[in-house]
Amino acid sequence: MKRTWKVKTWRLFIITVVGLYLILPLYSMFDFSTKPFTYFEKGRTLSAWKMIPKQPDLAISLIRSLTMAAIVMALILVVIVPTIVWIELRLPKLRRPMELLCLIPLAIPAIVIVVGIAPIYRWLSINVTESPIALAWVYAVLILPYTYRSLAASLAANDIHTLAEAAQTLGSSVPRMMAGIIMPTLRTGILNGSFIAIALVLGEFTISNILNYKTFQVVIAQIGRTNGNVAVAVSLASILLVLAILLIIPNSKRQKEVLDVDVA
Amino acid sequence: MTNKVIGTGSAKSRAGSRLKDYAGLLPFLAFTGLFLIYPTLSVLIGAFLDPKGKWDLSAIRNLFSDPVTKNAFANSMQISFTTAISGAILGGLFAWALVSGKKEGFFYRFSVALSSVLAQFGGVMLTFAFLATFGFNGLVSGYAVKHFPNSFLSNSSWLYELNGLSVVYTFFQIPLMVIVFLPTIQNLRPQWREASDSLGGGMLEFWLRIGIPVLTPSFAGAALLLFVNSFSAYATAQTLVNVSSLLTPLQIGAALTSEVGGANPSEAKALSLLMVAVVTVAMFLYSLLRKKVSKWESTR
Repeated sequence: MKRTWKVKTWRLFIITVVGLYLILPLYSMFDFSTKPFTYFEKGRTLSAWKMIPKQPDLAISLIRSLTMAAIVMALILVVIVPTIVWIELRLPKLRRPMELLCLIPLAIPAIVIVVGIAPIYRWLSINVTESPIALAWVYAVLILPYTYRSLAASLAANDIHTLAEAAQTLGSSVPRMMAGIIMPTLRTGILNGSFIAIALVLGEFTISNILNYKTFQVVIAQIGRTNGNVAVAVSLASILLVLAILLIIPNSKRQKEVLDVDVA
Repeated sequence: MTNKVIGTGSAKSRAGSRLKDYAGLLPFLAFTGLFLIYPTLSVLIGAFLDPKGKWDLSAIRNLFSDPVTKNAFANSMQISFTTAISGAILGGLFAWALVSGKKEGFFYRFSVALSSVLAQFGGVMLTFAFLATFGFNGLVSGYAVKHFPNSFLSNSSWLYELNGLSVVYTFFQIPLMVIVFLPTIQNLRPQWREASDSLGGGMLEFWLRIGIPVLTPSFAGAALLLFVNSFSAYATAQTLVNVSSLLTPLQIGAALTSEVGGANPSEAKALSLLMVAVVTVAMFLYSLLRKKVSKWESTR
C-alpha cells in the first residue's frame, strides 16, 4: 500500500512538471494568437485566426507541400518498396549493402545534405523546372531510413518467398505478383512509411529555406516576420490538426508500430 | 533462399535472368545515386578540394585555426550535450510516469500522440511557441514584467542566448525521448518488481539493483539519439537566433547563402565533414549499445 502511494505521488509530480513544460508554450500560443493587435480592439479577439485564410502564399504552399507528400508516397510505392522486395526475393546478397545505403541519411544532417544537393537544384531550376515540387526527390531520400525500417519489420513478419513462389507457379507475372500479392501483405509497413512521409514533408524547413523554395514552413516563417499573431495562430492550428488526426486513428497496433519505427 | 521457379533451365538463360534481376535495381539506383550518393560524396570529397577542383587542405586546416568556427563547434557540442541529458532525464521520467499509469487510457494515448507531434514539429513553429511564451510581450514575460520586474524572465534577451536556446531545444528533446524510450520501459516486467518485493526489496533497492542496470544501455542509446537530433538541428536556431557564429549548422547555412562576401562552398563542405564525423561516431556508439540492448531483449 505504501508503495502505490509513493508511486502515485512521484507520478503526479513528474507529470505536472514535464506536462507544464510541454503545455505552457502551447497555451501561450493560444493566448498570443487571441491578443488584440490593433488599437480598436479590447480583450480577446479572433481576428488573427480569421486572417489565416487571407494570407496570400499560405494555401498555395500547403497544397504544394501536400502534393510533394503525395509524390514521396508514390515514390515509396513505385520505386523504393518494389526494390527492397526485389532484393529480398532475387538478390539476397545485396541485402546488407541496401540496408547501409538506406541508413546513410541518418548519419548526414539535413543541413549537410543541402550543401551537397544545392548544385543539383541550381541546375534543375535553370534547365528543367523552378517548381518547388522538385524537392520531393530529396524528401524521398530523407525518408529512406524510416521506410526501410518499417518495411524490414513487415518483411520479417511475412514469408514473401513462399507467396512469390506460389504466385509464379500459378502463372502470375512479376508486376502482378508485386502489386497484387506482395504489396498488400506488407501494407502496415508501407502505411507507416507513408504516414511519416506526410509529417516530414509538412515539417521540413532546412532544405527548402536554404534552397529558397516556398514550402509550408518557409511561408509560416515568412508570415512571422510581418505578422506574429497570425503566424502563431497558423502554427497552433497545424499542431492541433495533426494531433487530432493522430488521436482519431484509434488503432493501437498501428500506433505501436509507428513507435517501433522511430525506435529501431 | 533460392527461388526455384525462376532460374531453372540452361546456364545461359540463368545468366540472362541474373542480368534482368540487376536491371530491376536501376530506377532505385538512379534516384539514390543522384540525390543521395552524389551529394554525400561531393561533400566528403569536396572538403579536401579548392573551388577549382584541386587538392587543397586549407579549408580543413581553417576548421582548427579559425576562432569563430571553434567557438561555434564548442557551442554546438555544449547545447547538444546539455539538452540530450536534460531531455533524456525529463523524457525518461515522463515515459515511466506514463507506463505506471493506466495503459491505453485517454491520458496515455493523448500523451503519446502529443509526443509524436511535438517531436516532429520543431523548427519554425517551436520558435513561435517560445516567442509567445518568453519573448517580448509573451505570456510568461508579460506576467514577469508585472509581478517580478527584477527577475531574468522580465527581459526576453536570455531566450536568444545559448542557454535560452537550450530551453527551447529541450522542448523537442523530451517528446522524442518519450517516443524512443517508451517501448523499453514497457519491457520492465511487473514480475521483476514482484520478485524484488517478495524478497523484501524497497523502491530504492528495486531501482538501484534492477531498474537502472537494466535500462542503462537503452537510456544511453536514446540519449545519443537526442544528441544527434540536437546537433543536426538547424531550423529552430535559424528562426529564433540567426547569428551564424553561434552554432555549426548556422555557420554552414551562412556559408551557403551569405550575400555579403559571396557563398563559400568549400568552407560549407569542410564544416559539413566535421558534422558528419561527429554524427557518425555517435551513431556508431548507438549501434553498439543497440546490440547490447537486443541481446538483453532477446533473452527475456
